[in-house]
Amino acid sequence: MNVLRNAYIGQEVERIEDFRFLTGRGTFVDDYEPAGVLHAAILRSSVAHGRIVSIDSATALEIPGVHAIVTAADIGEQIPTIPIRLAPIAGLEKYLQPVIAREKVRYVGEPIAVILAESRAIAEDAANAIDLSIDSFDPIPNWRTAEIDKTLLFEQNRTNVAARYVVGFGDTDAVFANSEYSRREFFRAHRHTAVPMETRGVVAEWDAAKERLTVNGATKVTFFNRRALAAMLGMAESAIDLIELDVGGGFGVRGEFYPEDFLIPFAARKFKRPIKWIEDRLEHFQAANHSREIDCELEIACRRDGTILALRGRIFADMGAYTRTNSGVVPAKAAQFLHGPYRIPAVKIEVSAFMTSKTPVGTYRAPGRFESNFFRERLIDMAARDLGIDPIDMRRRNLIAATEMPYSIGKLVPYENETAYDTGDYQAALDECLRAFGWEEKKKMFQSRKIGGRYHGLGIACFVESGGAGPRENVRMTLEANGHVTIAVGSSVLGQGLETVFAQIAADAMSLPLESFHVLHGSTTIVDEGFGTYHSRAVVMGGSAILDGAKNLLLSIQNAAGLQFNCRPEDVTIQDGTVLGPDGHTSTFAALAAAVGPVSATGTFANNKRTYSYGAHAAHVSVDPRTGHVAVLDYVAVEDIGRAINPALVHGQTFGAVVQGLGGVFLDHLIYDDNAQLLNASLADYLLPTATDFPNIRGVTMQLHLSPSNPLGAKGAGEGGMVAVAATAANAVAAALAEFNVQPNELPLSPPSVWGLIQKSNTLRI
Amino acid sequence: MSARKYVKLNVNGKPYEANIEARTTLADCLRHNFKLTGTHVGCEHGVCGACTVLVDGLAVRSCLIFAVQAEGMIITTVEGLSSGNTLSPLQAAFRKHHALQCGFCTAGILTTTHALLSNEPDADANRVREVLSGNICRCTGYVQIIDAVLDARAAYKQGPESGR
Repeated sequence: MNVLRNAYIGQEVERIEDFRFLTGRGTFVDDYEPAGVLHAAILRSSVAHGRIVSIDSATALEIPGVHAIVTAADIGEQIPTIPIRLAPIAGLEKYLQPVIAREKVRYVGEPIAVILAESRAIAEDAANAIDLSIDSFDPIPNWRTAEIDKTLLFEQNRTNVAARYVVGFGDTDAVFANSEYSRREFFRAHRHTAVPMETRGVVAEWDAAKERLTVNGATKVTFFNRRALAAMLGMAESAIDLIELDVGGGFGVRGEFYPEDFLIPFAARKFKRPIKWIEDRLEHFQAANHSREIDCELEIACRRDGTILALRGRIFADMGAYTRTNSGVVPAKAAQFLHGPYRIPAVKIEVSAFMTSKTPVGTYRAPGRFESNFFRERLIDMAARDLGIDPIDMRRRNLIAATEMPYSIGKLVPYENETAYDTGDYQAALDECLRAFGWEEKKKMFQSRKIGGRYHGLGIACFVESGGAGPRENVRMTLEANGHVTIAVGSSVLGQGLETVFAQIAADAMSLPLESFHVLHGSTTIVDEGFGTYHSRAVVMGGSAILDGAKNLLLSIQNAAGLQFNCRPEDVTIQDGTVLGPDGHTSTFAALAAAVGPVSATGTFANNKRTYSYGAHAAHVSVDPRTGHVAVLDYVAVEDIGRAINPALVHGQTFGAVVQGLGGVFLDHLIYDDNAQLLNASLADYLLPTATDFPNIRGVTMQLHLSPSNPLGAKGAGEGGMVAVAATAANAVAAALAEFNVQPNELPLSPPSVWGLIQKSNTLRI
Repeated sequence: MSARKYVKLNVNGKPYEANIEARTTLADCLRHNFKLTGTHVGCEHGVCGACTVLVDGLAVRSCLIFAVQAEGMIITTVEGLSSGNTLSPLQAAFRKHHALQCGFCTAGILTTTHALLSNEPDADANRVREVLSGNICRCTGYVQIIDAVLDARAAYKQGPESGR
């Protein structure tokens, strides 16, 4: 880092992208409308599990303005399936989703037909006019029904259990057999999802003359998606460009390859017209990935002094109806992150993934981590209470020490190598959290007390979180004739402010003002290869690639100046945007580029080691025993992310993640009935946090331990604010209701569920 | 099929007109007919607040009224909150406090809080949160939005239109 002058890195510079958003000049996918466009609506299954008997489009096609209706019959003999991008757990590949249903439907919302019309309203009218007949089968509304295998979602696979494996190390069973203390509990994380403000959308354009396809509305992993689409359409990758416009939030859900990412480009090529599809909110709830629905039986073995000896558990994951691009991440990472930031000598986790007749599952911010942190940190609190140990002391006793880093957690994921936490002082983060929260004072005043009719409690949880997924990221940097530098990146933008952060890194690396940089992203043509934005990797991987690109661009500028000055490149020195040669030759970057033309260089950063951020959260809640309502009176999230490029943006990530997490604890809930019908697919019924729900959120960003994996020393910063929220909030609720011995082990902690726990405990006491 | 209607609307001080289906919402008319795409649509049933515009100075969900109902009214969208390459004091405060991330809900939050501060330049944090509870933001957790709105109050204290 000493090569950088640090004028911008670490500064809260105002975002470059804000001007266009604040003045209404952004271009989100529905803002883009090419001439001659046809609008698409999608007819989806209203039945959770069944067989399509007939699709009669005759009446719908008679509606003025309707151009065509595409069904599986129009796609061809082989209906393409959507490939796995991440987490190839053996078995999941037998449950891939076809891009459109031909015979069977397996969840409410599965695409059956695509209607193309002059306007979206007419297309929707036509969708309603299609006469669709489906024979209903028994639904599979949960994993317990799936496990029985009485009704099969995929008959040819002969089971609904898509995968089952065991990971671990140490002689776990022997440790449990001989332990002084052990406790087993059953936990449940409920189905909910990201719900970005902008729904998905695809605008596909077919250039018949050049036989080229342009697909607007892509994001996150555009290069992977282009490869998948090219294979499905039988086209060369180079004949397709995926374009990322402004993106209204991702959080894991948006930007994965969905059926519509095939259907709309297919229609554009078939009918040689631009086709636009904008998901409505109902569709979004039914069609975009769900997440989080994991049950867990977890056991802990300890010495009487609270030293953890072993962890043993079983993960039961409801995967929904199909394996999508990253479905396996959810159970696999839930299993891996059960270990958490603690020294645990023996671990054994069995993972089972079940197919049910519900919307398929994929990642949502902190996938698997949010769930498993809740399971483990609840269990630690319960064990501490059994053992008569302060829950904070119990954590201190077991947190991995800074001197033990790097700390291997072995191979807890079947498709990954052994991994190790990179750096960190987990105790220091816990201490900082307690200090910032004012734990000791609050404990005296509030812990487990009844004040004004409400029960108060404090909760704490520690976490560790991975980021910075490899393998590579690439940039191309060009000094333009006007003296500005364009940075073309393979990273994607989902609203986090990468245009600013990347410019900050480049400005320091090249000793130029921030205003000199223009970040280009969102096209699969501007760089040869890119890996995108997920797993908190954009700054770690893309930012490090920019350091490499800046270094190479400065070398290219030196070479260009050498030719211009007629001297050896090594005799050229560069200082703050000026090249200096021997004999008093001097030129600004702008003058040089004006003379010799644009100067370009590429940069790359390859790395397969993850970054591991870590920290602790603390909460103060009060519970109304008459209603079960929980008020969050104070919340502090502390995370060490190594290096914060722009602290204001990091804080924004923390606040946003904590409030999303609290929504996931108290509000968000995708409710299905026994027929696997989603009951609350609207924003009126699916509750999201609003400005009045969680007003007391504080975040502390630590920069204690750089990551050794990348030259910036940065660790992923987008998801740590989410990981520990359920655990922290639930521990606080348990502390508040200690006199009832209420153990909130199932999410969500909605008023009825908390009220129910209190009632149940009262009944038991009588 | 839906009857068509010719509408003339006053948006951001300029006249706009279009031949639309009578069932067209104000949001769709602004976005698709007038190409004023700064107003966003997040739920189409009046819950998320992203499509909020000012109608005769009031914050109104443009997905919940038909364009034909807005004839004769003064409509202001996010594009009308400032002009040229300037930001209004409220917009500048949002930028200063990092009160937006993806920018999708921002138009509705700006119009809502502009209406609030134009009428109540002394609104406190609780009042701002109460009024903003009809606008969903998934990125920010609202913390920096509240900071920005409170910071912008000073600009509104010289009169109803002083925040422009």
